[in-house]
Amino acid sequence: MAQTRRTSGPPATAFVAAEVEEQPGAAPFPWSTMRLTPPTAAAVALFALLVRVLVSLGSYSGQGTPPTYGDYEAQRHWMEITLHTPAAEWYRNTTANDLAYWGLDYPPLTAYQSLAHALLINVSIPHSLALSSSRGFESHQSKLMMRWTVLSSDLLVFFPAAIYFVWVYFHRNVGGDGEERSAPWLLAMILLNPCLILVDHGHFQYNCISLGFTLGAIAAVLSQNDFAASALFSLAINHKQMSLYFAPAFFSHLLGKCLRRKNPIFEVMKLGLVVIGTFALVWWPYLYSIESVMEVLNRLAPFERGIFEDYVANFWCSTSVVIKWKRIFTIHSMKFLSLITTILAFLPSFVQQLKTPSDQGFLYSLLNNSFSFYLFSYQVHEKSILLPLLPASLLALQEPLLFGWLMHCALLSMYPLLRRDRLLLQHGAVLSLFGLIFFPPHGNHVTKADKLSTKEKALIALGLSCSIVLHLVYLCFQPPKKYPFLFEALIMFFCFSQFVAFTIYTNFKQWMLLDHSSWAVRVKKDL
Amino acid sequence: MGEAEWLWAVATCVKALLIPTYRSTDFEVHRHWCALTSALPLARWYSDASAPCCPLDYPPLFAYFQRILALPATALGGHPSDLLRLSPSSPSSAPLPVLIYLRVSVAVTDLVFLLAAARLAHRRLPPASRRLVLVLLLWSPALLIVDHIHFQYNGYLLGILLLSLSFLEEGKDLAGGLAFAVLICSKHLFLVAAPLYFVYLLRHYCRGGSWEASRRFLTMGAAVGAVFAAAFGPFLYYGQMQQVLSRLFPFGRGLCHAYWAPNFWVFYILLDKVLSFVLLKLGFDIPAPKASFTGGLVGNFSQFAVLPQVTPLITFLLVIFAMSPCLIKAFQKPQPKHITRWVAYAFTCGFMFGWHVHEKASLHFTIPLALISVNNLDDARHYFLLSIVSCYSMFPLLFDPQEYPIKVLLLAIHSILMWIGFSSCFRVEVAPGGTKTNNSIASNGKQGFIGKFGTIYLLGLLGVELWGQLLHPYIFGSRLPFLPLMLISIYCAAGMMYSWVWQLRQILKCS
Repeated sequence: MAQTRRTSGPPATAFVAAEVEEQPGAAPFPWSTMRLTPPTAAAVALFALLVRVLVSLGSYSGQGTPPTYGDYEAQRHWMEITLHTPAAEWYRNTTANDLAYWGLDYPPLTAYQSLAHALLINVSIPHSLALSSSRGFESHQSKLMMRWTVLSSDLLVFFPAAIYFVWVYFHRNVGGDGEERSAPWLLAMILLNPCLILVDHGHFQYNCISLGFTLGAIAAVLSQNDFAASALFSLAINHKQMSLYFAPAFFSHLLGKCLRRKNPIFEVMKLGLVVIGTFALVWWPYLYSIESVMEVLNRLAPFERGIFEDYVANFWCSTSVVIKWKRIFTIHSMKFLSLITTILAFLPSFVQQLKTPSDQGFLYSLLNNSFSFYLFSYQVHEKSILLPLLPASLLALQEPLLFGWLMHCALLSMYPLLRRDRLLLQHGAVLSLFGLIFFPPHGNHVTKADKLSTKEKALIALGLSCSIVLHLVYLCFQPPKKYPFLFEALIMFFCFSQFVAFTIYTNFKQWMLLDHSSWAVRVKKDL
Repeated sequence: MGEAEWLWAVATCVKALLIPTYRSTDFEVHRHWCALTSALPLARWYSDASAPCCPLDYPPLFAYFQRILALPATALGGHPSDLLRLSPSSPSSAPLPVLIYLRVSVAVTDLVFLLAAARLAHRRLPPASRRLVLVLLLWSPALLIVDHIHFQYNGYLLGILLLSLSFLEEGKDLAGGLAFAVLICSKHLFLVAAPLYFVYLLRHYCRGGSWEASRRFLTMGAAVGAVFAAAFGPFLYYGQMQQVLSRLFPFGRGLCHAYWAPNFWVFYILLDKVLSFVLLKLGFDIPAPKASFTGGLVGNFSQFAVLPQVTPLITFLLVIFAMSPCLIKAFQKPQPKHITRWVAYAFTCGFMFGWHVHEKASLHFTIPLALISVNNLDDARHYFLLSIVSCYSMFPLLFDPQEYPIKVLLLAIHSILMWIGFSSCFRVEVAPGGTKTNNSIASNGKQGFIGKFGTIYLLGLLGVELWGQLLHPYIFGSRLPFLPLMLISIYCAAGMMYSWVWQLRQILKCS
């Protein structure tokens, strides 16, 4: 009996979901259905795209602020450099390429992407990319073109990856059995991430590409397609080196799985070859000498920029109020210290995946790894919170309330940045939109508030009022002259405390995962 | 939070994000009216000619509304307040607080629309179709484009129309008539439905014995008269009525707007062009008209080379004639269940044959028709087509590349949601006997939901758009700039014509 029930598991639950839907009065709109059909997925994706287009109407970082401008100018400048100089000189200081002015400091894939976009823009407005004379170029038309390059990258990389992930998640039953499953909701949570939308389409960056590749790699791991996963994740690293935050999770999970196969060494070597091959392809123009490789590598690791930038809610910045890390340690010892603490922080999660690799455990370990990097690694800035947010949004069905809270804290931690970029209107609108979709009408099973105890409700109310006060104070009051960054520091402390509590909880949760969902057991069952 | 409120709140977030988008001169017109009504005494509102671009040409209730909007102006800063500057300027140079204030005022007055939509949906519809109707109303892409990008206040006006309809459907005729009186004292374009309202209320409300009937007639007359007195009384007192009326009905404007609204007259103009071309080729001497339609010029008179000239009176008679079947039906058998269809039809007639119609006027019937689109499969099919055509015909309002993805995405999302909603409403229903009911999609063969012709027509719409965006600039460059617009007008006019005929047939069949 038990045997038959188990084998017919997924179809039976699908049937139940269908039955729930058949009740009169349920048009399967994305917010009122459980299943992800092509029209529903299209509706969610198009709406997410619409929100991105609308946010992109706002200003970008460094708009109209010579002489250095901001990230928008950096991206434009990279397009200019990659368009007009040979690949070998992209990372080298030459007369045409002054590295002191927004020198390229991302891996080659970012450079290729800049080149591809430059070729597109060059067709219609070449003077916006003219070598050196175009520095600080700003116009309505060029802003539009630049915005559209981000929109199209998002649509081409992140959107398919998100749909692929949601499909795999439900097809492979990653979330475990249970009727509380709503695929369009999960897709909306991944696609309507307010932080990602505001940073990419407001502030101006291309995180959607590296995060999209990472998401694709995660989905590939879940669908047991380890080669595709290795290749995609290598691409992610080659687009933004920050993707390395996820590397220990991928490494431990894939290694853990290989160790359970017949020929562990052979399996590991196959994956290694895929990774090396992908890297070789991307780095091809620089592989002619060790020096040129080192040249690029030096650009990618800007240790001289210090252990943190601005007010980022991580360990080093938050504790530097009490302990002046920058004064006590040299850059070299600081590097070592941050490396040790980061490794210590992700070690538990690493060991768990090595021991018992499982689908859910993998998602948790991605979250824990990226958080340990965010909290302890070298040269973190506030936008890095996007990396932990990605696996957190993938776990939205497991930890709905915590995910919502984390998203809100992450957005709060970027509040000073968004205010500087004059994106407060967009910030408010996208945050409200996220809240509304998080709590759809008639209550999604996942986010029903009446399941909470009074204690939990009180805790949420306390946190929420803290955050509202912080928002208002930062917006309306002038800080005292003696402490001009008092409010930034307060926001940072608040977010840091939440992030630490969150990491401890999810590490605990990862270790407590039941064994039955682990990959090893599933293989035995299949046999 | 109920579903209606949730949908409205999501739409409001989108509206907030739309604040920085392009706005047409209508934005500056409305801002100027705020300034005008607060700076000048009431007696001069309709006679002021200091700003030739934007004379006040809405009825008095709307002028009062603008006066109220101007009240918190001093809080917006500037000296004199930016909102109350009497000299009009470009809408793109509006100071940020003024922009936000006016945009938010549109979003807030939309609460009337929410109220009306929620009231209608909850009293009348089963839950199955309620959700769909709410989506069609509250997330109407055409309304977003016209109100929240182009800038107008149609949301609350249509809200009053829906309220009036919901009163009539419930048999509360007095309230319905009153709401309609308020509506035409706010925007006189809604006057088109007045004959229908008159006939319907006369036959449905003023019934009973002769004494009872005349008592009711007088009650209704007094109520409507009171609204009109409140609106127009002050202007009558100051001897401004002549001035007000000449502003409200500027017949010197020409038959068509610069961009032709997709209605009957498009075909008339086209026929004239073709005939004059053919006759010229045949050697006849055709005098060239003074003002050409294709040039976008709107002269005092509409000039046709061959066909008879069209005057406002002709259009008026044509509208009444087109409306007459539904007037007769309403006279013979006034039924509350048909009132929405009739009113929508009346607005359609006004749109098809009226004088100087704007493409925005198609909202006046697409919004009420959403209410009855869930009645049966035929209605749904017609609405699906009509609402896409109506929204698409508004695309030329937004011509800047910045808004291009916005309008396309709005229409695409709307179409998909309609598709999801309608196809679940009319899913294959197998009756107990094993035969399929008529109301299901499957019974209509393999044509799917829209049918063969609908599919071909919509694909053609896509073709028209591709022509205008890609092929035309590629082939002609910047020559013949009116051609893509003309194509849109003609193509949408065909769809509108179909919708008009379909509605007429439905009225003759049903009631």
